[in-house]
Amino acid sequence: MASFHEEEALGKAYDHRLMVRLLAYVRPYWLLVGAALLCILISAGLAAIQPFLTKVAIDRYILQHNPGGLRWIGLLFLAVLTVGFVLQFAQTVMTQWMGQRIMYDIRVEIFSHLQRLQLKFFDKNPVGRLMTRVTTDVDALNELFASGLVTVFGDLLTLLAIMVVILELNWRLALLTFTVVPLIIMTTTVFRRKARQSYRDVRAAVARISAFLQEHVSGMSVIQLFNREHRSFQQFDEINERHRKANYDSILAYAVFYPVVEILGSTAVALIIWYGGHEVLKNILTMGTLVAFIQYSQRFFRPIQDLSEKYNILQAAMASSERIFKLLDTPVTIASPKEPGIAGEIRGEIEFQHAWFSYSDSATPTDEEWVLKDISFKVKPGESVAIVGHTGAGKTTLMSLLQRFYDLNRGAILLDGLDIRNLDLGDLRCQYGVVLQDVFIFSGTVESNIRLGTEWIDEEQIQNAAVDVNLYDFIRELPNGFKEEVRERGHTLSVGQKQLMAFARALAHDPKILILDEATSSVDTETELKIREALARLMRGRTSIIIAHRLSTIQNCDRIIVMHKGQVREIGNHQELLARRGIYYRLYQLQYRDQEDRVPPATALPNPAYEGNIP
Amino acid sequence: MSENLKPLWPYVKRYRRRIALGFVCVIVTNAVGMAFPWVLKVAIDDLVRALTTEKLLKYPLMLIGITLVQAVFRFSMRWVLIGISRDIEYDLRNDLFSHLLKLSTRFYHHNRTGDLMSKATNDVAAVRMLVGPGIMYTANTVVATVLALAIMLHLDSRLTLLALLPLPLVSVAMRYLGSLIHDRFEKIQAMFSDISARVQENLSGIRVVKSFCQEDAEIETFKRMNREYVEKNLGLIRIWGTFYPSLEFLIGLAFVVVLWLGGLQVISGRISLGSFVAFNTYLGMLVWPMIAFGWVVNLVERGAASMGRINVIFVTPADIVDNDVTLSDAPPIRGDIEFRNLTFAYDGHPILRNINLRISRGQRVAIVGHTGSGKSTLVQLIPRLYDAPPGTLFVDGRDIREYPLEALRSAIGYVPQETFLFSETVAENISFGVTHTTAEEIQRVAEVSHLHADVREFPKQFETLVGERGITLSGGQKQRTAISRAVLRDPKILILDDALSSVDTDTEERILRELDVVMRNRTSILISHRVSTVKNADQIVVLHQGQIAEQGTHQELLAHEGYYADLYRKQLLEEELEQI
Repeated sequence: MASFHEEEALGKAYDHRLMVRLLAYVRPYWLLVGAALLCILISAGLAAIQPFLTKVAIDRYILQHNPGGLRWIGLLFLAVLTVGFVLQFAQTVMTQWMGQRIMYDIRVEIFSHLQRLQLKFFDKNPVGRLMTRVTTDVDALNELFASGLVTVFGDLLTLLAIMVVILELNWRLALLTFTVVPLIIMTTTVFRRKARQSYRDVRAAVARISAFLQEHVSGMSVIQLFNREHRSFQQFDEINERHRKANYDSILAYAVFYPVVEILGSTAVALIIWYGGHEVLKNILTMGTLVAFIQYSQRFFRPIQDLSEKYNILQAAMASSERIFKLLDTPVTIASPKEPGIAGEIRGEIEFQHAWFSYSDSATPTDEEWVLKDISFKVKPGESVAIVGHTGAGKTTLMSLLQRFYDLNRGAILLDGLDIRNLDLGDLRCQYGVVLQDVFIFSGTVESNIRLGTEWIDEEQIQNAAVDVNLYDFIRELPNGFKEEVRERGHTLSVGQKQLMAFARALAHDPKILILDEATSSVDTETELKIREALARLMRGRTSIIIAHRLSTIQNCDRIIVMHKGQVREIGNHQELLARRGIYYRLYQLQYRDQEDRVPPATALPNPAYEGNIP
Repeated sequence: MSENLKPLWPYVKRYRRRIALGFVCVIVTNAVGMAFPWVLKVAIDDLVRALTTEKLLKYPLMLIGITLVQAVFRFSMRWVLIGISRDIEYDLRNDLFSHLLKLSTRFYHHNRTGDLMSKATNDVAAVRMLVGPGIMYTANTVVATVLALAIMLHLDSRLTLLALLPLPLVSVAMRYLGSLIHDRFEKIQAMFSDISARVQENLSGIRVVKSFCQEDAEIETFKRMNREYVEKNLGLIRIWGTFYPSLEFLIGLAFVVVLWLGGLQVISGRISLGSFVAFNTYLGMLVWPMIAFGWVVNLVERGAASMGRINVIFVTPADIVDNDVTLSDAPPIRGDIEFRNLTFAYDGHPILRNINLRISRGQRVAIVGHTGSGKSTLVQLIPRLYDAPPGTLFVDGRDIREYPLEALRSAIGYVPQETFLFSETVAENISFGVTHTTAEEIQRVAEVSHLHADVREFPKQFETLVGERGITLSGGQKQRTAISRAVLRDPKILILDDALSSVDTDTEERILRELDVVMRNRTSILISHRVSTVKNADQIVVLHQGQIAEQGTHQELLAHEGYYADLYRKQLLEEELEQI
């Protein structure tokens, strides 16, 4: 619920600090802004000329019975229209283009910042919310840049131009017309306040409807099981009613506003007819000027009303920019040091020195909050180590720390004797080939999933990797081979194929160190054998740290590290640890012994693709 | 399109009197408005003929009078017609939710929450635009055009026809450019969803991205896609840029015609200067309706499409409801349950096979088995979240369908596998399934589930809000709240679907003892992965691939040396590990 409220919160309509920061994005396009403003300036002038042409037509030609001159006025009018057309076109294209460029700049900035942020940030912020920053919030800014800011100037300039022209035509009549302006401004201000309030109410009601639906649709079976249909409906009805009420308030504001503005407008016309009529009768004012004044008064009010409409755009943009800047201001806490130590060609030695870690932000985590307690061990270059332990022992955390997704609270992790905090992040992570338990497949092709974005990997290397991890036969069968599309988290691939794909991905990147979190899901025997073989090839010549779930993997590793409740409790090989009859012995009984019966050629437990349990 | 709109008709019909009233307002507003240029015309003609100063006061007052009357009707027009659209929106959304409440779990299995929400919000809003602004502006356009045209033709028919030549072009241009814009916009939207999908994937897979140092490559891809997006947008902008300027140009053309040819008419004395000015004003009145026309067509198209999407839900029948098999005078449920040779398939996949199981009132039955062995499905059939085939599931010896759904579910206390609590207070969540309760009752059931000690630590005890706005409950606390919720219903049948998994074994044992007391002479069914939960049950059932593989008491099954015995051994090992 809280997220809905946050998303819907509306701040101030204008915040100087935010505005200054927003305008910084316009700076690179100042030439364009200048050109657009010039267009607007001329357009405003042209708009102010049209009634004047009517005046001239009436006074000089129509009332003087001069049909020849009238043609010239007609042509001039046409010319004004044409130039106006061109200028408006140019201005729209320029401002919209600028809006697009600025959106591009901001999007890329947000996305780039997101790429640099540490995992802790992603643990706390749901993907959906971050998506909104890159999409909806940026769009709100586009509204401001593309249509808001510039047209505000357009409206102001038009207003100014008309004022200048009519003052020039007849300043007394002009001043008389202006007497209506304070009333217009007052009406607009009152309207704006009402409209803003009802806008907020409506937004809040919409948010409440969404939150309610989200919750009740997700929990529909609970509602039905507990016979709550009727009361849930009543609750919904109440919220829905509040939404309707808020909208009625908004209708009232608009329904009053438009007619009132019209009354004021016709008051202006009435004043012009009354006072201007007198002047016409006294021959002080020409008929044409009177008509022009009437036309001007009608053009005069539109920009004032338009200006008030821009208010909502501004308000939405301010709220969005606040959220965007908050994201951009999130500090990157895990970054490369200014002067990174040189990793270069590494040997692949890893050492944990009294490592303590907690996910909690507190400086003094409680005993329960420590996920890793005083972990120390060393892995020699080229050595393979299996990490085993019960759920919650801290195995996965260990892997994350190696890649410096989080920083230790105490102690250090050394790579070839260098503290990983002193290495360039990219340098560090490029040393690893990582295979996660839950293989993440990106939509794209088989090839793009193996290569990811790494350019130096050529097609031959991709093919070799596929061959080495026993995936090549499968790929060859695909209609488009390596170019075959895979979609939506690889739903079309089997668990085993995804595994092998992840192996190929790691292998193609030819890392010095292999980090592997073995998948727990069981696969058929044939695939099992393929995976086993592929893994052996993957480990060859590399330092390997493996969270092992397969007995075969454990037995193939040089050493086994047994973790329990955040500590390293036993280290040794399979036989030694079994003989010790400690934690490993029990883990073996619990998790691995069953697999002994399954070691081929015996068949694996039957595992039909779809059985039981409706999700 | 009209097919899509048909379901909307009953909603509109409900408000036909007010709609008629709204239309009257539209007609009066426009009719009165037409007098305005006419007064201008008479005033100017009088001025040209040099009238008296007295008369000069009359015209301004008339103008203000006209606008005042018009204002009243313009206000009513908006208030009535837009108001109706809000009422219809309200009705439609209520009906939609009401229908959603009737649809079964199967429906929710096939429809994503996000899609349903978007129908209840965005699509309903689009339909609202259709019946509100859509109807109002259509009526306004028609009436204003007809009236203004009639007067202009009366003033000077030839000039009218000439001046109006460009106006149909306005509508044509609106439609042509409109469809061009629509097409390009669709492509841009498609590109935008590609970008969104990419960002979504990137953020979901951020671990992989970081592990393989793909940040820069990802940024490059993002930039490339965005550049393409900007390119596509520029294509749209070029058309868009011509859109309003062309409108203004075409409309301006009409004014040039009037200025030129109309001026000539005045010079030749065929019309008066006043008529000339009035003509201009009438022309001005036609501009907005012409523009609105294209916009309204768009509104109607979108609203119709949305109504079509909403209707898909309305035509989905509620499949689990009372029907003619249901007995209106079914006796109260006592709690005997029997599965008789039950086979159940879902979407063509067999889930349960040949289940024969008798549970008598007062028994505690435990169900164990691998994930996916069909345990949850089996118990979900009892409150009819899914329907068992006829003649396979009996309660107190009657086919389950004979009981009214509400009576059946009222007799059941169900604690689902995934605890679902609402963003309300703890007390409200506990009393979720009863109409009336007291603080003492809530306290009592909280004691049964051993939640009361935790609640005492909450900032506002039972009045503490659950969820993001209040406190976040731990998994165990959630489960215990859900147990309280089920127990408060005083159920004849209590079903716990793996509902103690996040509770430590000590507390679990105490809760089970409490439940023993509460559920005396009542039926309880427990699903669990833990031997500790199930070992004291009267009957333990082991499900394997949808079939009953083992059945008996704890001792009997241990002796059987099968799945259950293995589970028991592992449990002991886990306990040992915990101790180390």
